[in-house]
Amino acid sequence: MTDTDDPTRTPELELRGIGKEFRSRSGSTHALSDIKLSIDRREFVSVIGRSGCGKTTLLRVIAGLTGPTSGEVVIGGRSLWRGKKVDSEVAGRFGVVFQDANLFPWYTVLDNIALPLTLRGTDRARRHARAAELAELVGLGGFERSYPRELSGGMRQRVAIARALSYQPKVLLMDEPFGALDAMTRERMNLELQRIAQTTEATVVFVTHDITEAVFLSDRVVHLSPRPGRIRQVRGVDIPRPRDRDAQSEPEFQRIVRELRHALDEEG
Amino acid sequence: MGQDRFVKLLPWFSTPVVIVLLVVAWELFIRAFGVSEFVLPSPGTVLVSLVALVQDPETWHHAAITATEAITGFLAAVVLGVATGVALGKSALLERALRPMIIAAQVVPKVALIPLFVIWFGFGLTSKIIMAAMLAFFPIMLNVLLGVRSVDPGQRDVMRSLTASRWNTFRHLEFKSTLPYVFTGMEVGIVFAIIGTIVGEYLGGSEGLGYLVVVSLNQLDGPQLFAVIVLLASLGLLLYFAINGLKRLVIPWHESVYSQNGVT
Repeated sequence: MTDTDDPTRTPELELRGIGKEFRSRSGSTHALSDIKLSIDRREFVSVIGRSGCGKTTLLRVIAGLTGPTSGEVVIGGRSLWRGKKVDSEVAGRFGVVFQDANLFPWYTVLDNIALPLTLRGTDRARRHARAAELAELVGLGGFERSYPRELSGGMRQRVAIARALSYQPKVLLMDEPFGALDAMTRERMNLELQRIAQTTEATVVFVTHDITEAVFLSDRVVHLSPRPGRIRQVRGVDIPRPRDRDAQSEPEFQRIVRELRHALDEEG
Repeated sequence: MGQDRFVKLLPWFSTPVVIVLLVVAWELFIRAFGVSEFVLPSPGTVLVSLVALVQDPETWHHAAITATEAITGFLAAVVLGVATGVALGKSALLERALRPMIIAAQVVPKVALIPLFVIWFGFGLTSKIIMAAMLAFFPIMLNVLLGVRSVDPGQRDVMRSLTASRWNTFRHLEFKSTLPYVFTGMEVGIVFAIIGTIVGEYLGGSEGLGYLVVVSLNQLDGPQLFAVIVLLASLGLLLYFAINGLKRLVIPWHESVYSQNGVT
């Protein structure tokens, strides 16, 4: 592999020419084409694009939920796929948050957060201690014993984030995690996510169709254009952290948003 | 909160009231139209008959027989229904191959088969147990099949993203997610099992509450006929609530349980 001596020089996540085709009876769909991207440790990268541009597919390929037709996903210098199977040790470095919280209604908040630890055989006392810590981190202290049905949409998504963080993943993959939330909750969740990403020092890949959200959260924004999904441009966001709500009204912020919006509009 | 409490407790008050109203209407109907004792006995005579039945150890023997038949048949249906439901739910190919047969088997009025069972297995308990099992099998199997198919794809993605083993996926997701369907099937199944048992007893044999119904009819004993029906209804309720109670215990997190409790 391309492991160098200096660990800081190894990108956390590398996409080496990812291509993805879906074949069905009615023909094949070219979803992704030659995606090349290198993401550094602790970097926050958003992927934006209109619906159907393949951004969710890209995230599912990175997460190992679906295999690429061509190319390679490399995490910390190791390839994700070993033949036709996902190398579970490599996939174990991911935490995935989906558009829906996908909580298990039969488990309490605490047990939902601790699920990944349960699967890894961590003993009950240790996983509950860790889950309680995370519940606190995502602002759910006091709700540990509640069941998912007793929570609001925003709170459920926080549980999902805490669950993804429970085994300290190196990389957090998020697929429009706040897409189903109202604007106000969404803004609050963005602030919290920024804080969580900084506290946990995780590398984040964040899929969204909301340009403002992407610029607010990211160090770099990847613009994916559709059919087939390919990288149109990668835009750096050089705004100091932590960013607060006011950051959005700064000229630099608005300039980047406008630029990205024009690029998206040009696709027609 | 006060409103919730009221709604939650309402059935405990409304049910006795409705029962009393029905009994009063029954009594009034008899007095108004002078219905004969055999066609529709008065509530009072039924009660007398019921008390006499309950004090007779012979009645308890019959009730025990009916309960044994229904419960044994039901348990057999649970085991076979869950196993078949899981197998068909897991294998689309198998389900497709067997679907015409399953639909045909469902459509056949199974009660019509009882005489056959009597020929094959005699007038004893076996033919009724088989009848009970056969009626209870389909709702259980079909619900389990549906449950296995209904595991949420999003929740599956979670397990896959965590590279969960097959066993863990079964234990933490598929099993828990299918349980509510199993209980729905069992709630319907237990009722069907009792129906199968009683019809079986009507048609053949010398034991059970169903047999007691036939005896009462032959003796033209209207009040006793009604009293046995009350006993049968009680047995049905008892078994249904046993299943329902088990459900509340095992899946307290499920919508059908917590909404039933009035805590929405």
